[in-house]
Amino acid sequence: MLPAIRLTVATLILFCVVYPAIVWAIAQLAPNNGKGEVITAGGKKYYANVGQQFTDDKYFNSRPSAVDYNAAGSGGSNKGPSNPDYLQTVQARLDTFLVHNPGVKKEDVPVELVTASGSGLDPDISPAGAKVQAARIAKVRGVSQSAVVDLIEKHTQGPFLGMFGPSHVNVLELNLALDQIK
Amino acid sequence: MFAITVVLAIPFGSYIAKVYAGDKTLLDPVFNPLDKLLYQVSGIDEKREMNWKQHMFALLTINVVWFLLGIFVLMNQSWLPLNPDANPDQTADLAFNTSISFIVNCNLQHYSGESGVSYLSQLFLMFLQFVSAGTGMAAAAIIFIALKNRTTEKLGNFWALLVKSCTRILLPLSILVGGILAFNGTPMTFQGKDTMINMQGDTVQVSTGPVAGFVAIKHLGTNGGGFYGTNSAHPLENPNYFTNMLEMFSQMIIPLAMIFAFGYFLIRKKFGWMVFGVMTVGFLLLTIPTMVWEMNGNPALGKMGVDISSGAMEGKEVRFGSAASAFWSIATTVISTGSVNSMHDSTMPLSGMTELLAMMTNAFYGGCGVGILNFFVFVILAVFISGLMVGRTPELFGKKIEAREMKIAMIVALLHPLMILAGTALAAAFPAITSANLNNPGFHGFSEMLYEYTSSAANNGSGFEGLGDNNPWWNITTGFVLILSRYLPIIGPVAIAGLLAKKKYVPESAGTLPTDSATFGLMVLAVIVITAALSFFPSLTLGPIAEYFSMK
Repeated sequence: MLPAIRLTVATLILFCVVYPAIVWAIAQLAPNNGKGEVITAGGKKYYANVGQQFTDDKYFNSRPSAVDYNAAGSGGSNKGPSNPDYLQTVQARLDTFLVHNPGVKKEDVPVELVTASGSGLDPDISPAGAKVQAARIAKVRGVSQSAVVDLIEKHTQGPFLGMFGPSHVNVLELNLALDQIK
Repeated sequence: MFAITVVLAIPFGSYIAKVYAGDKTLLDPVFNPLDKLLYQVSGIDEKREMNWKQHMFALLTINVVWFLLGIFVLMNQSWLPLNPDANPDQTADLAFNTSISFIVNCNLQHYSGESGVSYLSQLFLMFLQFVSAGTGMAAAAIIFIALKNRTTEKLGNFWALLVKSCTRILLPLSILVGGILAFNGTPMTFQGKDTMINMQGDTVQVSTGPVAGFVAIKHLGTNGGGFYGTNSAHPLENPNYFTNMLEMFSQMIIPLAMIFAFGYFLIRKKFGWMVFGVMTVGFLLLTIPTMVWEMNGNPALGKMGVDISSGAMEGKEVRFGSAASAFWSIATTVISTGSVNSMHDSTMPLSGMTELLAMMTNAFYGGCGVGILNFFVFVILAVFISGLMVGRTPELFGKKIEAREMKIAMIVALLHPLMILAGTALAAAFPAITSANLNNPGFHGFSEMLYEYTSSAANNGSGFEGLGDNNPWWNITTGFVLILSRYLPIIGPVAIAGLLAKKKYVPESAGTLPTDSATFGLMVLAVIVITAALSFFPSLTLGPIAEYFSMK
């Protein structure tokens, strides 16, 4: 019993104090001292990786979220693929989207725009998910649609090393850039 | 990606074998003094060799110490230091479940990381992630030592194996991975919640904390307990595709390396490759169909007319996509990590089935150390059955397998289905208590219960998280499943190995059944498939398979 207790105390110091201190010290060399990646714009600070709720027509809308983008309580919907209530919810989201984006055909709406993400804080949408909103944005803001599409292409992040993973657009960065064009 | 991990696992396996054999390694100048200090402070004589019973006594003693300490910290976190978010104490049943769950390397989390634990508790849980992984690896090392050709009762020192696993294997890798994560935007701070005003003008609180260090050991120790509620789907816990690959690498490296270490240690490299072959075939058989199902998307949404070409995106993140999420869902269930980067509850019905099967077989790679232990049981069974089939005395590495070893192996092999099926049956028998906790109706609801017990029995820790599991029923029943399904499958194989080690060595002859051949590998695979398929097929029919046909 005694060696077990003494070893527990000794390893507690190693793994609860020394180890986090080492990683913390390494993190001090990282961008923003290891407090997570932030973007500062117009005097306000945003977390680049934490998705935000965008529901206004003048902004690119982000994905639905089961927790309304509550960054202090992440969560997914955990709805099963055959759940009838869930399928109704998705249908309602699709109908709402089509109302806000007249002229868009439903087969052009990528599935991520009507489904909730795993974390409820997904910062990204697909390039297709941004382009399908371009006409609406152009109309609301009174700018040309080609300018909006250019902006999407400029902010599209390709696959990692050109081969791993899907292309995606960070909605926050895109909307910040959108506010810059006149 | 998988190939890179395998290529790196081979030299790392050789390193692990050297660590357990006490051979010289490059890191000795750092770790010799550190280990010596730990032994001195704890009053341990690391040279005293133990037999298998003394090993198990030491293992259980220190686990009890961790368990009691865990309960104390979790039930008193509100007034203990390092609680900047002012989170409340855990209830007794939740603390019981959480504490057990972390010492048994399962990390079923019935709380949410943002609101259910303080930073002190997170640090303590991080400690448990190190030592519980170390416990599993030490147990595997006892088997390594016992199976070396000799007749002995002396199987090394448990404390030394535990300390070495933690300091020489887990610690250096964790520092490396934690550092890389911090440079990719994972927070490592003690400042508590931050506040930001979003672009639409709403005020949002952002949970941060010592995440990077936590996430590193969560994967390297195949623990899987996330810092945040949504685990590695959370954009701060897993910020981009590169970190996703890094975290996948971290959770696969040690289980893979342990297989090769087994081969190196026993100087039976071919046996190591046989084990690797069987496990990889099993892994791919589960992974490939799952990726196809997830990338094809949800047909029910396809019928509505939306574009489902990017796959089944409910519960998934855009930066990973459906392919990497599907790959992860199987990797995390075969390896017993249980971390998730997408919500398994929302995967397609048949993907849910392969995730369940991965945990039901519980032997393809498996967790840190315990994967080898589980596989060892199947090897014993296969040796016995094939010995009977060809009329030879069952032998493994020159040691006869007799009735006593077989009894232990059978008990361990049968315990797993018993825990899962009895638990689920019990939950289904009391719908008055359990049905209100389900998040989905019908067959899928049944799958949620089945998944919870499967995950507990496999010490996995992932969940169909729609299940409302923070209440006495789930906290207590899964708690007991966790204890039994952790310690018996450790004690059983170690006892078998201990008994074998005492026996006389019979040199291999023409009459010996070779255990490193492809034929024998096929035999082991057959034993695994038959055991899993026969015991679990009826329950899978009631859950995922029925749901699949109802969607047709």
